[in-house]
Amino acid sequence: MTVQPDPFVPQLYRVGRVRRELTDTTTLELAPVTGPRPTFSPGQFNMLYAFGVGEVAISISGAPDATCFVHTVRDVGAVSGAIAKLKAGATLGLRGPFGTRWPVESAQGADLVLVAGGLGLAPLRPAIYHVLANRRRYGRVVILFGSRNPKDLLYRRELQQWRERLDVDIEVTVDHADADWHGNVGVVPALIRRVTFDPHDTVALICGPEVMMRFTVNALRDAGVSPARIYLSMERNMKCAIGLCGHCQFGAAFICKDGPVMRFDKIAEIFAMREV
Amino acid sequence: MEGLEQILAQHPFFAGFSAEYSQIVAGCARNHRYDAGEYLFREGRPANEFFLIRHGQVALEIVAPGRSPIVFSTLGEGDIVGASWLVPPYRWMYDARAVVLTRAIGIDAACLRGKCEADHHLGYEMMKRFLPILVQRLHATRLQILDVFGR
Repeated sequence: MTVQPDPFVPQLYRVGRVRRELTDTTTLELAPVTGPRPTFSPGQFNMLYAFGVGEVAISISGAPDATCFVHTVRDVGAVSGAIAKLKAGATLGLRGPFGTRWPVESAQGADLVLVAGGLGLAPLRPAIYHVLANRRRYGRVVILFGSRNPKDLLYRRELQQWRERLDVDIEVTVDHADADWHGNVGVVPALIRRVTFDPHDTVALICGPEVMMRFTVNALRDAGVSPARIYLSMERNMKCAIGLCGHCQFGAAFICKDGPVMRFDKIAEIFAMREV
Repeated sequence: MEGLEQILAQHPFFAGFSAEYSQIVAGCARNHRYDAGEYLFREGRPANEFFLIRHGQVALEIVAPGRSPIVFSTLGEGDIVGASWLVPPYRWMYDARAVVLTRAIGIDAACLRGKCEADHHLGYEMMKRFLPILVQRLHATRLQILDVFGR
């Protein structure tokens, strides 16, 4: 992990290509105005700073070997809205990368089940890129993706490309659809019992709304996957990003420093606790 | 060519079922083939059969006036279609449409209910298989109505 010498000082980045993914969701390519792009690992995040508006934590959603940072941003508030509306050539501040990583190295040799819900596909995408680029190092690779409805499917073109590969099992489902949709309808955890993997030698990576992750963890455990082999990307309101301010405290941990990627068995006791 | 008894024994729903009970259930079973767009059953009609999907995909849908049908679930290979045959008044509460060419085994409801009534051990074995499916679907429906991907 490479972090600037002073983690509180944002570096200036310029927006390159902008892709409108959904009506409220945009993918931005960000290149440093000076110097090389810091290295990162799948699962990590950056703090993006819209000048005069504020700063927000956004997971990195591009390939680890890309020349720029790629972030997919949904307009859900003042800061994310300002960033999602940036045009090519605009500048913004960036601190990072921060946080823990998906266990793509230690999972080598095992089956991999990657479960994403909604915008949760964005933080998982760097792990997917890594796994597909090193496909021979893994057993079965299963990607399960759930969305609200067909028009909210993120990275639709890439989903199609992954589906065309013969070495990846990919299932997409939506919660709601009309009869024009010919794919699966139902919640994403329900897909787990429909796909094939060795539960005793599987590592599962999950990212999505917390309720969806709870149901997914239960389905994986029902299938026989050990809690110590289930990893989640947690989300809380992050401010300093280096474990000082306490805004993202989760039990005894800080999501920014001890997460966002956390092993389920280490947080199982507090995962569903509403006071945490 | 596989007999119905063999096909039933290989279906996940009947995993661990005794040969004796497989034979009894097979006596109520028949093969079905549905082309894409064909309906397995329609809302309001008598629920006199349930289905074990062998291949294909089935959409469960509800029609609201003035709108295209709303699909609330899809089921595939290894899944069971239909629970209304278990509970009076034995009437379907939604439509079930084959999305693609679908092959299924249909189990005659009155036949099986009669056999379960005559042999409560068989009835209990059937309930042990049906109840977890119904609970899974109840949990899934709860998650679905939470609309967790909503803004």
